[in-house]
Amino acid sequence: MPYIPHDSAETAAMLEAIGVARLEDLFDEIPQALQSDVSALPEGCGEARLRREMEERAAEQAPLRCFAGAGAYAHHIPAIVWEIARRGEFYSAYTPYQAEASQGTLQLLYEFQSFMTRLTGMEISNASLYDGASALAEACLMALRLRPAAREILIPEGLLPHWRRVLDALLPMQGIRLRSLPQDPQSGRLLLPGEDFPEAAALILPQINRFGVLEEVDALAHWAESHNLLRIAVVNPLALALLKAPGDWGEQGADIVVGEGQPLGVPLAAGGPYFGFLTCRRDYVRQLPGRLVAKTVDAAGQVAYCLTLQAREQHIRRAGATSNICTNQGLLVTAATIHLATLGANGLRAAAARAHQQAQRLRALLARLPGVELPHAGPVFNEFVLRLPRPAPSVRDGLLAHGFLAGVPLIELNPADDPHDLLVACTELSEDEDLDGYASALAGVLGEA
Amino acid sequence: MEETIFACQHEGTPVELELAIPAHLLRDDLPLPNPSELEVLRHYTRLSQKNFSIDTNFYPLGSCTMKYNPRIAHEVATLPGFSRLHPATPAVAAQGLLRSLAELQGWLAELTGMAAVSLSPAAGAQGELAGVAMIRAYHQARGDTQRQRILIPQAAHGTNPASARMAGFAVTELPNLPNGDLDLDALRAALGPEVAGIMLTNPSTLGVFERQIQEVAALVHGAGALLYYDGANLNAILGRVKPGEMGFDVMHLNLHKTFATPHGGGGPGSGAVAAASRLAPYLPVPRVVGEAGSYRWESHAERPESIGQLSAYAGNIGVLLRAHAYVRRLGHTGLQRVSAYAALNANYLMHGLRRQGYTVAFAERRATHEFIISVQDLHKASAVRALDVAKRLLDFGIHAPTIYFPQLVPECLLIEPTETESKASLDRFLEVMAQIRREALEEPERLRNAPHDLPVRRVDETLAARRLQVAE
Repeated sequence: MPYIPHDSAETAAMLEAIGVARLEDLFDEIPQALQSDVSALPEGCGEARLRREMEERAAEQAPLRCFAGAGAYAHHIPAIVWEIARRGEFYSAYTPYQAEASQGTLQLLYEFQSFMTRLTGMEISNASLYDGASALAEACLMALRLRPAAREILIPEGLLPHWRRVLDALLPMQGIRLRSLPQDPQSGRLLLPGEDFPEAAALILPQINRFGVLEEVDALAHWAESHNLLRIAVVNPLALALLKAPGDWGEQGADIVVGEGQPLGVPLAAGGPYFGFLTCRRDYVRQLPGRLVAKTVDAAGQVAYCLTLQAREQHIRRAGATSNICTNQGLLVTAATIHLATLGANGLRAAAARAHQQAQRLRALLARLPGVELPHAGPVFNEFVLRLPRPAPSVRDGLLAHGFLAGVPLIELNPADDPHDLLVACTELSEDEDLDGYASALAGVLGEA
Repeated sequence: MEETIFACQHEGTPVELELAIPAHLLRDDLPLPNPSELEVLRHYTRLSQKNFSIDTNFYPLGSCTMKYNPRIAHEVATLPGFSRLHPATPAVAAQGLLRSLAELQGWLAELTGMAAVSLSPAAGAQGELAGVAMIRAYHQARGDTQRQRILIPQAAHGTNPASARMAGFAVTELPNLPNGDLDLDALRAALGPEVAGIMLTNPSTLGVFERQIQEVAALVHGAGALLYYDGANLNAILGRVKPGEMGFDVMHLNLHKTFATPHGGGGPGSGAVAAASRLAPYLPVPRVVGEAGSYRWESHAERPESIGQLSAYAGNIGVLLRAHAYVRRLGHTGLQRVSAYAALNANYLMHGLRRQGYTVAFAERRATHEFIISVQDLHKASAVRALDVAKRLLDFGIHAPTIYFPQLVPECLLIEPTETESKASLDRFLEVMAQIRREALEEPERLRNAPHDLPVRRVDETLAARRLQVAE
């Protein structure tokens, strides 16, 4: 019996100790009419058979060189990261409610919080949320709790459309209105609004925006400050190795910072599991959603760690909790912490700079192809929009046969976008030969038309 | 001497940066350490050794289903052909993955007796939120907009009321009877035209099967409301009782409990949602649709009634692949054995502890996959609390059961051994609990000062909250 250790003698002895004759008798309180069966499911199979089936499925598609981004990126993950993260002591541990039995996970989470506050220039970090988009929804709810008279959140059209859809699903249920702010089509940047928004609690500031363009965050943060709006920064954690930390934006800095943690040692895995991070000012800690670890001492006065301010959370506060979140993304945070430590400051800066430089090279290479344009003038980090002479989905499909996942057609993220636009991302994995190969394959595919 | 990663302050090799980014958008410094790879390896390996885990310890942790996490599931879920797939990969290049997820959707529908499944919620609480949001969407689509209230038993998981609130509902809590069943008179009194639905677990958090569930369903449906099933306790009835056949309209499954995917020190989970046909249109997007050779993610345009998208992509795919592997490996007979042996282990421990003199809550009832004991007698005799029993268990290498939940039972411990523990492991737990009971009566200080043999002594959580040192 897979994973059930009892032999028949043990089973019989246990039934006798309980005082029943058969295993089925243990279910005798359940009305007979409700007892069902599931024989429509397949029979089980051995481990070897299972592995064979899944290896075949995983190998159906030849590996692709990945130039797709839009929030998830093909970065190198040092071998040490998952070597440690998948140790059974991390992999199979429970949530660290029993502090004395969980000092490893707790200290690691404390280090994660420290890394994230330093990266983002903020004072407080939680121990993760589900993903970047749901973390942004939590940040909006937090902003509304901080501004209880407000009803609106200002959302630039430069926010990734699939993130915007998560806000559309989660926020209106609580009576919150989402108001869109337009981007300038030439620069690809957010236009400074000319009007006031008296019912708004916060402005979301994605740096980098969904076209890959860098925003003038200081000017935008200034504008928000002068209109008494909270600033919610949305950032790529790897880009923060180079870019100005949100804590330094404008005069006062961001109030809440969120982002997708996937670039920090988390495999692409078709979209998850990833993790969302959320950092904020110290004043706001009691409105923070999710778990928080603190450093303290034990009964002997030695340094120890534990979860803290649990009265914010659902298992204590129930309907009054700051969020319903319970299970978070602990194992991914374990990997991210080891990843951050392994790369260190220098390794992170090198990876970020390399991703940026390769994106610059590829952008220049591709812009030389006939009929290919760069629609946005603003500066970019590792991702940019390419305007193709043909619809982007068919070009992307054509490049699959050449071994490239060429990017993400914007129209697949937002049906209102230009069907010719393709969002292309580089990382430190993008070698020069890959850039040349991409350019010649694209030239070939475009030439076929 | 405290070890910390922030003590590793090598300069490292400075990086030459040539950037086409305006200087005012850049940062000046990056205040992170530069440890060597070996320093990192040793530091985090040592940290791991300070943890309890399924791989090293027994976890009789009620309501959490801490069973063995089969390594084959990890191996197949992390095959490069899956782990390197970008979420924007077109369906034609992801058929192996999509086929596996389509199978899982079908298997979960069969196991739950529901019409359709969405795999996208990232954890149980997000599944709950999806479910109550679907209840809201159902009533609104019928123009029944006055239903603004959700009923929840007092003993429910805290996520239930918190999720209902996040979906914009008010919450009314319902009492249980002394025998553990729901108080039907209180239910009748609470039902009315403003009630949207009820959230229930069955078996309940009291460790007993709700025997009146068909009557509850009839009452709730009769009042125009819907039933939500919290799948936290599905391990107890896996392959035997289908929530859809009990009368539930929508539910979530905790794949990281029932389907043996790892807890990872707090996550990731997966809270797949299953719905009866009248609620299926509202399931969160995206689901896998299609047939062999042409599977794909459905588009938003195809699902205009959906409550929408709860995370940026399609959920915790790596967790879903592990759950897929678990079902494939066990098959229908293996899944039925799960609930049989989960119940056997729980009832065996319940009887064993009762023989030792422990007070079992609902002792006249059959235990399900878990049960509750109360140590209020020890508290009266020697001021020992459930917390002290829990901390003393750690000294024996046994993770503490869930304590002070459900709050209806004073000084309680909620014990769930799961089916993957052997009789020898359970017998050792009984021996340890007998010793702890003796200690509680004869030398209670030993419990109050526990743990004694862990990397740290009892941790000062009050000081932690007062100082609030949460980052270096």
